[in-house]
Amino acid sequence: MEAVALRNLSKVYGKEATRAVNDVSFTVNKGELFGLIGPDGAGKTSIFRMLTTVLLPDGGSATVDGLDIVKDYKQIRSRVGYMPGKFSLYPDLTIEENLNFFATVFNTTVEENYALIKDIYVQIEPFKTRRAGKLSGGMKQKLALCCALIHKPSVLFLDEPTTGVDPVSRKEFWDMLKRLKEQAITIVVSTPYMDEATLCDRIALIQNGNILSIDTPANVVASYPEKLFALKAGNMYALLQAMEHYEHTLNSYAFGEYMHASFRTDVSEVDVKNYLQQQGLQGVEMKTTVPTIEDCFIKLLKD
Amino acid sequence: MRTLRFLLQKEFKQIFRNRSILVMIVVMPVVQLILLPLAANYEVKNINLCVVDRDHSSTSQKLVGKIASSGYFKLTGNRATFKEAFPLMETDEADLILEIPAGFERNLVREDEQKIFVAVNAINGTKANLGGAYLASIIRDYNHDFRVQWIQPSAFNQNPVIDVSSSNWFNPLLNYRMFMVPGILAILVTMIGGFLSALNIVKEKEIGTIEQINVTPLRKHHFILGKLIPFWVLGNVVFTIGLVVSWIFYGIVPVGNLAVLYVFVGVYLLAVLGFGLLVSTFCDTQQQAMFIMYFFMMIFILMGGLFTSIDSMPGWAQMISRFNPVSYLITVMRMVVLKGSDLHDVRMHLGMVALFAVVLNGWAVLNYKKTS
Repeated sequence: MEAVALRNLSKVYGKEATRAVNDVSFTVNKGELFGLIGPDGAGKTSIFRMLTTVLLPDGGSATVDGLDIVKDYKQIRSRVGYMPGKFSLYPDLTIEENLNFFATVFNTTVEENYALIKDIYVQIEPFKTRRAGKLSGGMKQKLALCCALIHKPSVLFLDEPTTGVDPVSRKEFWDMLKRLKEQAITIVVSTPYMDEATLCDRIALIQNGNILSIDTPANVVASYPEKLFALKAGNMYALLQAMEHYEHTLNSYAFGEYMHASFRTDVSEVDVKNYLQQQGLQGVEMKTTVPTIEDCFIKLLKD
Repeated sequence: MRTLRFLLQKEFKQIFRNRSILVMIVVMPVVQLILLPLAANYEVKNINLCVVDRDHSSTSQKLVGKIASSGYFKLTGNRATFKEAFPLMETDEADLILEIPAGFERNLVREDEQKIFVAVNAINGTKANLGGAYLASIIRDYNHDFRVQWIQPSAFNQNPVIDVSSSNWFNPLLNYRMFMVPGILAILVTMIGGFLSALNIVKEKEIGTIEQINVTPLRKHHFILGKLIPFWVLGNVVFTIGLVVSWIFYGIVPVGNLAVLYVFVGVYLLAVLGFGLLVSTFCDTQQQAMFIMYFFMMIFILMGGLFTSIDSMPGWAQMISRFNPVSYLITVMRMVVLKGSDLHDVRMHLGMVALFAVVLNGWAVLNYKKTS
């Protein structure tokens, strides 16, 4: 059964009628870890806010846990957990007080669902009398996750939970999400980080309010049509310039210490190297490489 | 009920952790009640007087002595001619110039009549008015004494005279503090209640906590009650501190029943808090809320009858002040504190303020949306 279903959901902002969310449809299955991957301003937060009933859609419909987001908003509010992208707990209350407060607001107690948050809470418990405003970024995220989980939601919405968090805390956070998934909680998470996409069961690539592709990360990668090469040279800038003007190039862009390129036709490595030598580039290194989600995303954007 | 109890607990914790709010609540009423009545002093003293005595007689000297010893005037100069005296007024060293003509004493005795000249610097209207009036009354007094001394009393007075003697009620010594302090206390209660409630909800919007609250099943009226009750309590605390301060520093003890005051302030606070809530529902940032509250507070205070009587405003302004909740509190404060009015006397005011409370809070609740 599907935990979340969107049918042609739309949201229009302002006088210029910016379509922040444009006819978006997708479903999230029960117990799935679903990722919304896209750059800033893609419409991820708007989708989250509509699904958590704090923003009214301008078109289409959606259900969460089988409940309509407009008509049954009251029931939805007691069943979903939402962690906004911006830290939004009370900075002048302590960890313990914030947690107790949100438990009470949801008509439950911390003890009742302690099992669910135990793994996460023990990490911040030593600081439970510290005020939330004085916590580090990683601890804030953990606390916010605890508060979003305290009423044992059936669907958990996490809006860019790892933005601005250090790499170690990010990894820890995703480990926590995996453990939560084992408790049969459906998780919808958004992130601008492509490397996190592979950690999801399924992902939706989103840009300018439009869904570009929805599939498992493995399938998204496997569906990359062309052969992808990684190139490196002494002068990277000249290499980028040269590749951009190469007649057979389909896509070329910098990618870490290498640059990635794909070609329209089946050119051989020798042809490319010869061309680059003609352009006066020294020490060219070229190899085939496995596409990542980021490569797929860039390709989808260009198409 | 459990939810509401927790909400209140949370609000009070936040208030008591916010040092600046606590300081405001305790210090503001004390400092303002001590300072403001001194500034809002209606009595004009230390009026600078320059005398141009061209007579130099014992009579003119007696007159000047009488004026100087009245306590209202400060003799800042003696000049031979008005021309020489006028620069003093130009440089603000003299507010009044009194010119006594040559032959003042002689003509007064001989002709039974004499004119003296008073020039008033009218830039500050109040000072000019009062200074002129004080001086006139001193001269009249002197004139009376002079006549008794010099003129043979006739068998009966030819001119019928109406002698007016008045007695001051409710504030027999015309102590302006009795009048100002209750009014300032009314303003304090309004400011604390209005600003705190307006800024509080907007602060939750600013730091984003309202978003987190909105996705919870928390009921709207619980949320609003959770905001209203703490500030209602704080408002009463400020009011109590204010009453104690006015008792200690000014010896003002309400003539009327304290319970009447608290009943009225209780209802009034609901209206003010409702107003604050309403403003907060329209604003997204504390800055906006602050400016809007300030705009209304200025109007409320200046048109509330604190400094100037509402009865002497033009008709349209009187109409506007009917929609000013502050004017009702100021009036009732003075009625109860000075006159000892009871609940029956203030029932009209109480009804109006209750109406404000219902309308403002109702509007705020309707306008507060959990979904945008």
